Amino acid sequence: MKRPTSRTTLLVSATIAAIAIGTLYSCTASSAGNDNVLVGNAASKVYVAPGKYDEYYAFFSGGFNGQIMVYGLPSGRLLKFVSVFSQNPETGYGYNEETKPMLQTTYGSIPWDDTHHPELSQTDGVPDGRWLFINGNNTPRVARIDLKTFETTEILQIPNAAGGHASPFTTPNTRYIVSATRFSVPIPNTDVPIDSYKQNFKGTLSFITADQPGKMDIAFQILMPGFNYDLGHAGKGPSDGWFFFTTYNSEQAYQKLELNASQNDKDFIAAVNYRQAEQCVAAGKAKSAPAEYFHNFMDEKSRVARSERKSSVKMLNPQDCPGVVYYLPTPKSPHGVDVDPTGEYIVAGGKLATVIPVHSFSKMQKAIADKQFDAEVQGIPVLKYNSTLAGEVQKPGLGPLHTEFDGKGNAYTSMFISSEIVKWKLGTWQVLDRMPVYYSVGHLMIPGGDSKKPWGKYLVSLNKITKDRYLPTGPELAQSAQLLDITGDKMKMLLDFPTIGEPHYAQAIPADLIKGNSLKFYKLAENSHPFATKAEADGGIKRQGKNVHINMIAIRSHFAPDNLEGVQVGDTVYFHVTNIEQDWDIVHGFGVLGADNAEVIIAPGETRTLRWIPKSTGIYPFYCTDFCSALHQEMQGYVRVSAPGSTVALKANVSERAKSQTARAQALPKHDHEAAEAANGSR
Amino acid sequence: MAVANLRAVPVRKEDRAPLPGIGSEAEVGVSTAASNKVGRTPRLLILVAAVLMIGVYFFPLWNVRLTAPQYPEGLGMHIRINTVEGATENDLNNINNLNHYIGMKRIEPESIPELRYMPWIVAVVVVTGLATAVVARRKLVYAWTAVFLLVAIAGLVDFWKWEYDYGHHLDNEHAVLKIPGMTYQPPLIGAKQLLNFRATSWPALGGILAGLALALAVLAVVLAWRERRRLPALS
Repeated sequence: MKRPTSRTTLLVSATIAAIAIGTLYSCTASSAGNDNVLVGNAASKVYVAPGKYDEYYAFFSGGFNGQIMVYGLPSGRLLKFVSVFSQNPETGYGYNEETKPMLQTTYGSIPWDDTHHPELSQTDGVPDGRWLFINGNNTPRVARIDLKTFETTEILQIPNAAGGHASPFTTPNTRYIVSATRFSVPIPNTDVPIDSYKQNFKGTLSFITADQPGKMDIAFQILMPGFNYDLGHAGKGPSDGWFFFTTYNSEQAYQKLELNASQNDKDFIAAVNYRQAEQCVAAGKAKSAPAEYFHNFMDEKSRVARSERKSSVKMLNPQDCPGVVYYLPTPKSPHGVDVDPTGEYIVAGGKLATVIPVHSFSKMQKAIADKQFDAEVQGIPVLKYNSTLAGEVQKPGLGPLHTEFDGKGNAYTSMFISSEIVKWKLGTWQVLDRMPVYYSVGHLMIPGGDSKKPWGKYLVSLNKITKDRYLPTGPELAQSAQLLDITGDKMKMLLDFPTIGEPHYAQAIPADLIKGNSLKFYKLAENSHPFATKAEADGGIKRQGKNVHINMIAIRSHFAPDNLEGVQVGDTVYFHVTNIEQDWDIVHGFGVLGADNAEVIIAPGETRTLRWIPKSTGIYPFYCTDFCSALHQEMQGYVRVSAPGSTVALKANVSERAKSQTARAQALPKHDHEAAEAANGSR
Repeated sequence: MAVANLRAVPVRKEDRAPLPGIGSEAEVGVSTAASNKVGRTPRLLILVAAVLMIGVYFFPLWNVRLTAPQYPEGLGMHIRINTVEGATENDLNNINNLNHYIGMKRIEPESIPELRYMPWIVAVVVVTGLATAVVARRKLVYAWTAVFLLVAIAGLVDFWKWEYDYGHHLDNEHAVLKIPGMTYQPPLIGAKQLLNFRATSWPALGGILAGLALALAVLAVVLAWRERRRLPALS
């Protein structure tokens, strides 16, 4: 009697234990957060049917991959990588002869950088879809991406700077974009003891003219105390004409900053009156300072990049231009500084602060008029904290970093440490809602959320830690972005999608502002590349000493010429390949055996040049790398490489058919000949 | 409507009056001047027809459109009175580039002599049409319409023949894609599947205007014919 009972009891308890453990385990497993965020119709809100377009273009910085990723929202579909500061063997960017100059700096050709902040150009404080700017953090540079072609067309190096982090934020009409130094360094940079930091190290704030494509330049630099300048945003509306930069390390630590730069209770926001700076510069108060830097830009017609070296900048010392800069004390190493759509509120994200302080622009102006100064730092007045403070958001969460706005009076702040997005009300400073995000959000983004007119429908959380959000892929994981619906009182989580590199920030814009301007191909007739080949019969091979230039066309499904002889070991060969197609999405590629650089991808109508140095005799095949047509596999050719001093003559085959076509075109009367040119895009 | 009006309005005196220089009624022994001349309505129709024909200088006669899975946006050709051009700047070249796979010869407007004659032929049609409207002689109306009709038929037949030529006379030596028995003649009117491409061919605005002009001319003939039969009753 006893036995079976005890057995039953045991069995029952074991079962209960198993269920309990199972339940516990499932609790643990679901603590990834899938349980508390799913919303019933989330799937339908991000579903973009096959063949349909997304509502927004979103531009994500690639972080340490030096590129930009273009996504569609709300689907989170990846549309394109735009090469900016990094060589990309996939397209030949930075490898082909045309784009090599884009990466030129005073440190030589730099094939990599760390992209942080994409910034859309603006008209009257609203993103306009003309250009996208992005900074290179490591070797300070700013780049312009033309949103007709989604290609980098201009790169400007920032002299007298190290760590171009507070960049490239724009003024409301993109007259300027800015770049401020994250690392202070001696200016000009010289060999000094590191412990002479306080004496020798300085920061600079650069204002870069940006409203003329191909003509970016440093308008002026402001020489600042040697703090770390972190982020910036322009004023707008009433605060138009001002720029706000956060600073940390006002302790001026130069080692173990983790601890030593976290000592002061407050660091600063630097409020810069750039209109006044302009006046001081115009009045000759800026000194001409030596500064070596490069300006690289793509010529629109030849699509060949050029580099120009510059040698000086106008440097303005705030002491020579009183009233140009004020410091606003701001708690605990502030990171983001964000101006609300009305231009009145300046929100700071103190990484280590327990509140979100909000400064008032009108109070700041009054405080300046009333000279409510606490102190002066190297000639820059420090305003009293309470004289500029509009309010503080109490207990917002831990680690506030960045704030964006929905245009309906609400602000959204990313909380890195407590890993959440916090929605709060401007004016009342009340927290309205919280949404956990996975994990550790850095920037957040609302389309137009830093502008005068946010499109306040979606919010993207750009998370720094991924862990278990996707199928594991070894130690190195994709980054995790999350899309939230912010149209209601409560935020709704809609979608997770992976991003590549380490996206810091993103900006988004309604697709309608860009998609109609997107170029389908480059016009062959306007191609002014010095080695452009516009008709099949015009291809050929030429020797200039040890350099051999091959003029070649690519068209479905062949190269012409496709047999080349007379190349010798010791020669440097330039394949100048022109894609003579004038059709949408008919792209050709060119790869050759033993090329130690990359392939080149050639868009319709453009010419791209691959440099190739054959190292031994033999036959070298080349082929089209971008699947172009049904006979793509037939799109190939051979180069014969002979020994140095060989008597093999230079030879490039041109087909009889091509010759007859050319002859026919030439036989036509003048008028018709031109018509034929226009019609068949050749000759 | 026009017919009803015609019946309601009596033939006006001035319409019957001989025009200067054309006073041959007496010579041929016709009892009244009216019997040689058409009424106001047929005359107006001929005038409108001739004027409409001027439109073919400004608008394409025919459109040929090609779509394929890879060409959702399509490729198009406009056949004009004096040339063949792409619907967009590069369409003709792109069509030619694609056609090289099947060995079709390049469509080059310069090599089609008809495109050089056509503007002159239409000019003759327009000028004689206007003259017919002024002169308004019945036989001239018949003759002009007959010539116009012949020109139109000849034009269509010629167009069809060129389509046949392009579609059948392929350069098999250089053709990459050879499918036994396959020809690539696009339709004169309507739609047809040619490998991965669907070719559709329809009159464009110029062609519609020409068709309308022809219809008006034919209507003028019908009315003129009826007038002639009613004349004895009137006199």
